Amino acid sequence: MRVLVTGVGRYLGAHLAARLAAHPRVERVSGFDSAAPPSPLREMLDEHRVAVLTGEARDVAVALARSGADTVAHMGIISTPGAGGRAAMKEQNIIGTMQLLAACQVSSQVHKVVVRSSTAAYGASFRDPGVFTETTPPSLAPRGGFAKDVIEIEGYVRGFARRRPDVITTVMRLAPMVGPQAETTLTRYFSLPVVPTVLGRDPRLQFIHLDDALELLVRAVVENHPGTYNVAGEGVLVLSQAIRRAGRIAVPIVEPGLGALAALVRALRLGEFSHDQLDLLVHGRVVDTRALVEEFGVRPRSTAEAFDDFVRGRGLHRPAFAALRPETVEAVERTTVEGIRRLGECVSRPAGQSRAEVTR
Amino acid sequence: MTRPRKAAAAAAGDGPTVRRGRPAATTHRPSGTDSTDGANGRRSRAAATAVPTVAAGQEAEATENGATRAESGVTAAKSGARARTEGATRTNGGRPGPAGQPPGVDDAAEADDWQERVADLLAFLRRRLTGRYEVDEFGFDPELTDTVFYPLLRLLYRHYFRVEVIGAHHLPTHGPALLVANHSGTIPVDALMLSVAVHDETATHRHMRLLGADLVFRIPVLSELARKSGSTLACNPDAERLLNAGEVVGVFPEGFKGVGKHYRDRYKLQRFGRGGFVSAALRTGTPIVPVSIVGAEEIYPIIGSITPLAKVLGLPYFPVTPLFPWFGPLGMVPLPSKWLIEFSAPIPTVGRAEDADDPVVVFNVADQVRETIQQTLYALLERRPDPFS
Repeated sequence: MRVLVTGVGRYLGAHLAARLAAHPRVERVSGFDSAAPPSPLREMLDEHRVAVLTGEARDVAVALARSGADTVAHMGIISTPGAGGRAAMKEQNIIGTMQLLAACQVSSQVHKVVVRSSTAAYGASFRDPGVFTETTPPSLAPRGGFAKDVIEIEGYVRGFARRRPDVITTVMRLAPMVGPQAETTLTRYFSLPVVPTVLGRDPRLQFIHLDDALELLVRAVVENHPGTYNVAGEGVLVLSQAIRRAGRIAVPIVEPGLGALAALVRALRLGEFSHDQLDLLVHGRVVDTRALVEEFGVRPRSTAEAFDDFVRGRGLHRPAFAALRPETVEAVERTTVEGIRRLGECVSRPAGQSRAEVTR
Repeated sequence: MTRPRKAAAAAAGDGPTVRRGRPAATTHRPSGTDSTDGANGRRSRAAATAVPTVAAGQEAEATENGATRAESGVTAAKSGARARTEGATRTNGGRPGPAGQPPGVDDAAEADDWQERVADLLAFLRRRLTGRYEVDEFGFDPELTDTVFYPLLRLLYRHYFRVEVIGAHHLPTHGPALLVANHSGTIPVDALMLSVAVHDETATHRHMRLLGADLVFRIPVLSELARKSGSTLACNPDAERLLNAGEVVGVFPEGFKGVGKHYRDRYKLQRFGRGGFVSAALRTGTPIVPVSIVGAEEIYPIIGSITPLAKVLGLPYFPVTPLFPWFGPLGMVPLPSKWLIEFSAPIPTVGRAEDADDPVVVFNVADQVRETIQQTLYALLERRPDPFS
């Protein structure tokens, strides 16, 4: 099995390529991205002897032909605008996917395509059902650029699957990823000393552990799982709960002030908050993962376990960073209970004795 | 884990701690049964306190805050215990306790009971502050609902509306059920009272999962209260998911037409929407339990609606009652009507999944449910001639 992985310039693509290269059933892994991978990823890829080709979106056809790949893992989909802004993001997401699928369509070697998608495809709004299954259509056109891209990309993939029914096509809709290694807008958000939230909103969130996401992507590439799957950890954390588990303090902000805050965060280079994420922090999003567990036969870490591992791995509970450490809360509780018990003993003993004297 | 042992037990969900705030009494049950319930509960609790609460030597990290809380808690505990023992002494005519025990034992048990309540409360606060609680996929927070929402609603339920429940045996103790009720009262207080009724009248203390309009989930704060108390959007995917999971689901098919109707139309059932609830029940083979609620119509009698204001605010209506908006916040106090809630015999739907897409069958079942509720409402109104009795 020879695999071409797109998007190796970023964490997910690079690590997937490395894991695939280490897999016994994979002969050779090639990588493609518009820019060369940064240093630590570069070294990891070299170590696993992953040949990386760089070029513009249309060069992917050359890369595909040169790699001789029979399987394509399309990870070159980005969720937040980078240096090039939204235009570059859209270019890579939409044009990159179109070019890749066009190359796959005319290729006689390719027999499997795995596409990284996102649960952002469902949007987030108050008119949506509480839990999305793979068949739920989004009820409102999403505001966010990433969600729009994802919906468009999935449309192209469906078209490709229709035209090439002989190719196994898998779409993995990933929930927001967390983990000690994950570096996303959301993980930075939970690492802030005080976490801004939306007043009167406590969205339900779901996460997937980064390692589990990689493991499932490897399985999707190596095994055959045609179809679309929600990839998320079971269970739900509400935002306030997640913030408290991270030992942080929430600062509610009224909904109209949200856009201004996002602009401020961008101006201070603290991160990039897109409409996708703002809508997520207002309405939340929960998906059904039954199809994933049944088809892949593995159960990824639950949302709570994944989040706790992220909190532990990042050391978010360290005294200098956490405002509300669980140890402190427990200590206060213990001393209070103990104090009450002792005072209770002092009070009840004389009272009991005096009553006994009276009855005598 | 360095948690106090009892707190750990409470977190694990065993022991009598979860249902503590809820006395077993209900409005129409004979009072004899609940007094024994209470006594048993107290005895077992007292036994549980024999376990030392805290490992020794952990009191070093006293903070000022913790210390003051401890003190105030204990003063309250002391006075409460004294009041109760004094009452007991009076009825006994000064004789020692009933089991021939020295009175001091009883007293200590009372004090322990109080301490345990404080410990439970602190454990609850700790779980909330550290995020160690479970929320289901719809956002339902059973701990918050049982500890905070239900006790508050129960005050209204028992003492203000004096809710009387008829036909509680029609509620299943296990497995799914779809409760279909009439809707009234300007704001959906009837839905809240129905969920208390379902919780308190079922032996397994079931949580009713309400299906709410999308307006509820658009409004900040309200949307989160609704989700945390177990509600979700009224749509077929959510309804079927909850029913397949074996939940009790409550639905008000009249929607805003029912809750916002004029006072002169009271107890006249409005149209039942598209009958989506029937197809959900048929598809999942869930019995439909018709529920008739009398009393909610009188809490805020609507005598008009300011339509332009409603349009500006994006609401389906802007109610005008004899007290609202003339008296401002005072007008928001509901009138203390007497409530009756009757659960009628369930309508079975097992093995009729193929009928779910047949509009004729769906409308017929919806009409059957509607007719049952309407007739029951008339019968209940005869039992309660004076709304404020």
